[in-house]
Amino acid sequence: MDITINKQLVQKVEKEQEFNPVFKINNLNLWYGQDHALKDIKFNIPEKQVTAIIGPSGCGKSTFIKTLNRMVEMVPIVRMSGEIVYREKNIFDPKYGVEELRTQVGMVFQKPNPFPKSIYDNVAYGPRIHGIKNKKVLDEVVEKSLRGAAIWDEVKDRLNENAYGLSGGQQQRLCIARCLAIEPDVILMDEPTSALDPISTLKVEELVQELKKDYSIVIVTHNMQQAARISDRTAFFLNGEVVEYTDTSTLFSNPTDKRTEDYITGRFG
Amino acid sequence: MALINKEFVKKRMGSRIAANGFAKFLFILATCFSLLVLGVLIYRILSDGLPYLSLDFITNFASRMPVRAGIWSALLGTIWIMAVTAPVSFILGVGTAIYLEEYAKKNAFTKFIQINISNLAGVPSIVFGLLGLTIFVRLAGLGSSVLAGGLTMSLLILPVIVVASQEAIRTVPREIREASFGMGATKWQTIRRIVFPAALPGILTGTILALSRAVGETAPLLVLGALAYVAFVPENLFSQFTVLPIQIYNWTSRPQEDFHMLAASGIIILMIILLIMNSIAVYIRNKFHKRF
Repeated sequence: MDITINKQLVQKVEKEQEFNPVFKINNLNLWYGQDHALKDIKFNIPEKQVTAIIGPSGCGKSTFIKTLNRMVEMVPIVRMSGEIVYREKNIFDPKYGVEELRTQVGMVFQKPNPFPKSIYDNVAYGPRIHGIKNKKVLDEVVEKSLRGAAIWDEVKDRLNENAYGLSGGQQQRLCIARCLAIEPDVILMDEPTSALDPISTLKVEELVQELKKDYSIVIVTHNMQQAARISDRTAFFLNGEVVEYTDTSTLFSNPTDKRTEDYITGRFG
Repeated sequence: MALINKEFVKKRMGSRIAANGFAKFLFILATCFSLLVLGVLIYRILSDGLPYLSLDFITNFASRMPVRAGIWSALLGTIWIMAVTAPVSFILGVGTAIYLEEYAKKNAFTKFIQINISNLAGVPSIVFGLLGLTIFVRLAGLGSSVLAGGLTMSLLILPVIVVASQEAIRTVPREIREASFGMGATKWQTIRRIVFPAALPGILTGTILALSRAVGETAPLLVLGALAYVAFVPENLFSQFTVLPIQIYNWTSRPQEDFHMLAASGIIILMIILLIMNSIAVYIRNKFHKRF
């Protein structure tokens, strides 16, 4: 009995050390004006795994994920301190441009937000802004990305139609394809299924499982079952702090913090 | 027991329905009044102007003899003025709108500018004429030329274009801008490839409507010294010119009855031009209307 527990512990510790962090977050603080939205966040995000961020509304989970590609700075009153190291580079380093960061760290948003353009042009947008003009290359990127987002079969015959004609679930997968087209390293997903019906949600979840073979994924969700289903590691945020961050299975079966337990058992939030 | 007296409700029912009908009648009356005025106007112009309307009327120069008088120089003058006004006001107006919406920080100063632009849209056109006279005709030494007239007209419609373009840019949802930035696009790429194309139908509609206002303007060009009697076609930007409304004004102020008829014919031409421009604006608005 004792031996098995020890073995588990050892495995767990090994696993902790094993992973290759793609993001290292150190003492990250963020304020919206006077409002202290993120407090001393400190954890590492593993490569080629799905990291879920859960927590009640207003706990800072969306703010946190938007900090990873610095989209949060679009709000003018934001102030930050601390550091986020992405693959050995501090993303707040003035020499490291946001444009460069965002070509590595793509994002899928809460509401499907395709451009008012054709399906093809939506996916080709990323490569085009990075200067790729060769039609053959673009064609290949578009097909590969649409296949990657499991939507190719549904749209291959109408690539030139406006993306607004697609259903909500298809639009969201199109947005994922659009994100894949810049061949990112990390994909951030900010509640990607909250505006979708259950079947579309399932498709996106399956897709996430597929994508983690090639990409590191950080997903914000307010749906705990979803986090439990699709993520490898989970961070529980509360009032701008990380209460607990560990293996998803451990967090849901054996939370160490009382507040985590209360939240995942549905006692608040 | 019951708080609502059913008898009372029933008694009031009739008068409520009557008031409803009366309100509808009032609004129909208001609409009919303006339609009636428009009808009378069109009837008068058509009955006066149609007899003189012919191809010769369009291709002849102004003349002292009503039978030989035409609007060729005024028509071309209007086209020349528009050729200057359209690009200048579009570039300056849209540029200003993009700066104010996309780049400028939202502070007291930009708010001040914003209010002033809206106010400028309400400044009487003759004031713009005086401005043009001071700046373009005298200071820049352009004389009473097509260029001076076109630039003055640009100033006149600039505020309208700025405001219309700003509104069009504002309708582009934040989400699709974010999507663009999220893929590593620069601000300029986002504006050029996402915001501008999405806002363009609204911008074009506003621009065309503003231009059609400029087509009908007389006062600023009169102040600038546009000629009332022109028997030549502008050859370049520095030629003297006249425009349709000035020609019409000139004819109506003559004593001979025949010239009044000519004025009516000129008005028909002017209204056709305005109608075409407004139709294009409506067409663009409907055709490229975006659902977000």
